[in-house]
Parts: sequence; C-alpha cells; structure tokens
Amino acid sequence: MATTKPHRNLVRTYAQDLRLFGTPTKRAGLAAMLIVLLVLPTIVQDDFWLSVLIYSGVTAIGAIGLNLLTGYCGQISLGHAFFIGAGAYCAALVGGDLNLPLPLWLLASAAVGAVLGGLIGPFALRLRGHYLAIVTLGLIFIGEHLWRNLTWLTGGNNGTSVLAQPTIGPVDLGALELAGENYSRNQGYFWLVWALVAILALLTKNIARTRPGRALCAVRDHDQAAEVIGVRAGRYKIGAFMVSSAIASMAGALFGSYQQHVSPDDWTLLLSIQYIAIIIVGGLGTIFGSILGAIFVGALPALIDEYSSAIPGVATEAGGDGFISVFALNQAIFGLLIVLFLVFEPRGLAGIWFRVKAYFKAWPFSY
Amino acid sequence: MSTFLTNVFAGLALGSTYALVAMGFVVIYKSTGVINFAQGGLLALGAYLGYFFANNLALAFGVAILLACAAAAVVGASVERMILRRMVGQPPFAVIMITIGLLFVLEPLITAIWGFDNLPIDNPWNIRTVEVGGLVLGVRDLWTIGITAAVVVGFFLFFRYTSFGLAMRATAFDPEAALAQGISARRVYAVSWAIAAALATLAGITLAAGPAGLSPSISFIALAAFPAMILGGMDSAAGAVLGGLIIGLAEALTRGYQDELFSWAGSNVSVIVPYVLMILILLIRPYGLLGTKDVRRI
Repeated sequence: MATTKPHRNLVRTYAQDLRLFGTPTKRAGLAAMLIVLLVLPTIVQDDFWLSVLIYSGVTAIGAIGLNLLTGYCGQISLGHAFFIGAGAYCAALVGGDLNLPLPLWLLASAAVGAVLGGLIGPFALRLRGHYLAIVTLGLIFIGEHLWRNLTWLTGGNNGTSVLAQPTIGPVDLGALELAGENYSRNQGYFWLVWALVAILALLTKNIARTRPGRALCAVRDHDQAAEVIGVRAGRYKIGAFMVSSAIASMAGALFGSYQQHVSPDDWTLLLSIQYIAIIIVGGLGTIFGSILGAIFVGALPALIDEYSSAIPGVATEAGGDGFISVFALNQAIFGLLIVLFLVFEPRGLAGIWFRVKAYFKAWPFSY
Repeated sequence: MSTFLTNVFAGLALGSTYALVAMGFVVIYKSTGVINFAQGGLLALGAYLGYFFANNLALAFGVAILLACAAAAVVGASVERMILRRMVGQPPFAVIMITIGLLFVLEPLITAIWGFDNLPIDNPWNIRTVEVGGLVLGVRDLWTIGITAAVVVGFFLFFRYTSFGLAMRATAFDPEAALAQGISARRVYAVSWAIAAALATLAGITLAAGPAGLSPSISFIALAAFPAMILGGMDSAAGAVLGGLIIGLAEALTRGYQDELFSWAGSNVSVIVPYVLMILILLIRPYGLLGTKDVRRI
C-alpha cells in the first residue's frame, strides 16, 4: 500500500505557517495581482478612472499606516491627517523648492513623519484609550493653525503648489517613454503609487507577522500584561507611532505631488475620519483589509462627485436644487459606514472575505 | 483694568458653555464608560429644535428652551437605546468610533433640514446689555452663567438627594453590584444620555442666542469642550465645571490680548488655546485636575 501523503495545504511547521505565499492558490493570486497592476493602466486609459485609482492607492498607503497603529497596536489616533499634511508640505519643500528626485523627497517625507510621530509617541505612554483620542484630536486643530500661519512653507489659506516631480534618475514617471511607447502622467502615477502600495504592504506585513508584530498585538490586547511577559510596551507604542506616521507622510507626499496643489483645507478632521472609516470598513488588524477599504471608501468621494447629477436630492453646486450637498453626502456616508460596519460586521470586508474563504475550504461541510 | 474685567467676564460666559457641554460628557462617561463625540451633533440639533419652537411655532423663549431640551433628551435616549446599547462590552475604540460616526451622520442631517444659512433665533436677550459699576455686561452672558450655576446646583442636589441620582452613582461605581441591588442599568444609561442631550441643548441655545446666531458650525464648540472635560478629569462633574471655566478664561483672555501679546503666534491663536492647555496639563497630570487615577488589573 502506497504511503499517503498529507494534503498539500497541511501546515506542518511554524516556518510554513509564516510563509506569505505558501500555497499554489496564493501564488497564483499574487501573479494575477501583479499582472493586473502592470496591465490595468494600458487598458483603462480614461483620466478620470485612472485618477480615482491613483487616489485609492494613495489612500491605501495612508490606511496601511493607520492600521498598523490602530489595528495592530490598538492606539486610537484621530491625528492621521496632520501627518499626511506634514508629508505633503515636506514634498513641496524638498521635491519642489530644492528640486530633488523622487526617492529623496519620498524618504525625506517619511523621515519628517517619523520624527513628528516620535514627538507624539510619548503621549501614548502616559495616556490610553479615550485620553489619547482627544489629544490626537487636538493635534488636528493645532496642525491646522500651523498650516494656516506658517505661510513661508504652506502658503497660508491659499495653499501652495507642490512641484515635486516623480523622477528617478533619468526616468520621469510623469512622462514615461518605454520602447518607443509614450505613457501619460496618470499611467505613470498609477504604476508608481500601486508599486509603493505593494512594497509598503509587504513591509508592514513583515512587521506584523514577526516578533515586533506579535509585540504590538500583545500591547493592543493588554499593555500591562504585555509588560509582564517582557514586551517593552513603551518602545513599541512609540515605534508604532513613528512607522505609522512615516507611512502617512509618504501618502501625503504622493498626494501632494500628484495633485500639485495642497491647502490647509485638505487636512481637516474629515480626512482623519475618512481613514478611520477605511480601516473599519476594510478590517482592523489586517493589511489586506486596509487596501480593500481604501479602494472601496477612497474611491467613493470621487465617484459621488462625478455622478452627483444622477443621484436624486444632491445639489451639484452651491445654491442648486437638492437638499444635500456633495460634501455633506460624503460626510454622512462615512458616518453611516462606520456605524453600520461596527454594529453589524466589526471585522470589516476582510472579515467577510475570510468567512467566504473558510466556507469554501471546508466545503461541503459547514464547519 | 476694565478691558481685563470685560475679558474675564466673556471668559466666564464662554467657560459656562464649555462646562455645560463637558458635564454632559461626564454624565455619559461616568455611567456608561463612553466618550460621546456625537455631543456636538446633539448640541446643534437641540439649538435648531429651539429655533423651530421659538421661530416657527412662535412660542415664548423659555417654553421653547424647555421643549427643545425635552425633544433633544428623547433623541439622546433613543440613540442610546437603538445604537449604543448594541455596543455594550465592546472595546473603547469601537464605541468612540460609533459616536464619531453618529456625529458625521447628524451634521449633514441638520444641514439637509435647515440649510447652511445663519439663522437668527427669536430671543429676549439679543445684544442687550446692562451696566454694572462701569462694566458693560451682555444679558445673554449673564443668563448663560446663571443657567450653568443653576444646573450645577441642580446636579449636586439630584445626585446627592434623589434615589435615581443614587442609582446613577451606584451604576457608575460598579454596574454589576448595582444590578444585583435591583437598579435598572438600562434606565440609568438611557437617562444619562437624555441628561447629556438636554445639557447640550442648553449650551447650544444660549450660544445661538448670541450675536453669532445659529449655523451648522455651532457643533464645533463641543469639540472645544473636550479639553475642558479632559482638563478637569473625565469622571468628575466638578472637574468639568472647573475645566470649562479655566479653558473659557484662557481662550477669552488670549483673544482679548491677541494684538498686544500673542501676535507672534499667528491670527486666531485663541482657537487652539484649549488644546495646547490640555496637552500641557496632561503631561503633568495624565488623569486631569480632579480625575481619579484608574487602577488596572492584569
């Protein structure tokens, strides 16, 4: 009798359990995603849809950062918009005024974000839960005051142009030319932004599945108990703040560089809430969920804006017909999404996905 | 000297408004352990209900205030009943986010009904002033301070001498022990939301009766009342009043001396004074001035 081999998906060692793309299905999924990433902008060439996808990608980067802090480490931050704004202004300074290439202004923004996050971090040591939420809320308002008054950097209320160019050495992603083929600015930005999403997702996934990630989860579940089993809770809290705000600043730098103009009105409480809605809708404590949520929620404002004339009751312009403005509708939808998901599906879209996956894994049995 | 006193008076009036909102926070926090970010939405809703009763139904101002408080209290209690009760036992993050979500639903709802325009609320205070010993005091500011003082006294009497006040204190202290004594936690939770909504309405109407009038941005005052609550300590009603007055005074004085002393910090620096003050005090006393340090078990 031939020896029966275990099922190929059976996990036998810890190293096997940690592997990111351990099964053929997962490897096929990775390949499919890469192909979509490379080919999509050549199929979808419409500027509107590309810009929606680019904004979703930028949002996904910011959401990955926030999910690391809130989903993994359990620190509530309403101040994410502050770090995103800081990143955008840093890109304007380093990429625009000093005219340095893409890797440098991106890294400079990340560094500024990390430093600012490190300054906020110590508050997380003394405060927890509710207190931290309100201190980071204060950060939004103090930040807004700074952005409106540091006119040499931010241009005050009128905003400033961000002339950071997406150039790496001789390659200009804003006007890409490959094998005699010209690609538009939007196509170049799509590849840039989504490649960065992939890199940062891999990076944070690696943080999350290794020792620091387990430490973060321990701190989230009970920081004092974590201290007792030997986790330096303080160090990990500050670290989570630094990494999270560094990623947020990179998102801000990309946002500014793509949009080419930013003003203090871009970094209000609503932006922070949008990010929180994203990680709740996507799924707290999952990297995959942040990206899913960013595509779902991040694309929403642009879609509502584009199709507002087709939605009944929405006023397309100030003083127009309809009882609710586009802005107010966005706000209401974010609010509703947060409430509905927390009440009915606290694990978010990722939770739904895991359930579907578990169902097919166990099929035809229901457990 | 008289500018200083005028500023102090303005600060006391503003601080009273903060104190009203912050007491609403504390009532909800003490009994249910939830920080209610939706308080600003309830405040705006209450103020607009006051506008509805005073202007559309042309009721007497006092009656309009009472009706608005009652209506807002019903809204507050039903929000608790329909949404927050499902969240009992969830981590604080989820509950905070629920209330933020509620705030973001309430605000567009209000603008959808009443619009963005600045509405003048019919009231007997308006911009009338009285002169006391060379100082010109706004009638509305006097009323705000008076109402807050009355509410503080009423609060004290309610919690000290009524059986329901005792029930609320017991639930805040230990929900399970209170349940074992036959106290209905559901009623306590619903009533605390109702009280908070009524307090927010009082704050909203007294604000809206001022020169600024009534506009949707009125709900932002509740965000500025957070520092007041944090400063005083989240679980202390006396702390909320103290914090409110300190924050109000600091803000009014910064605004009053903006040109002489604070021009280096940029225009409108008074708006962020509550937050800066809160952060500074939290660095020294992480549990606020009168809050209790919580003891945590592993």
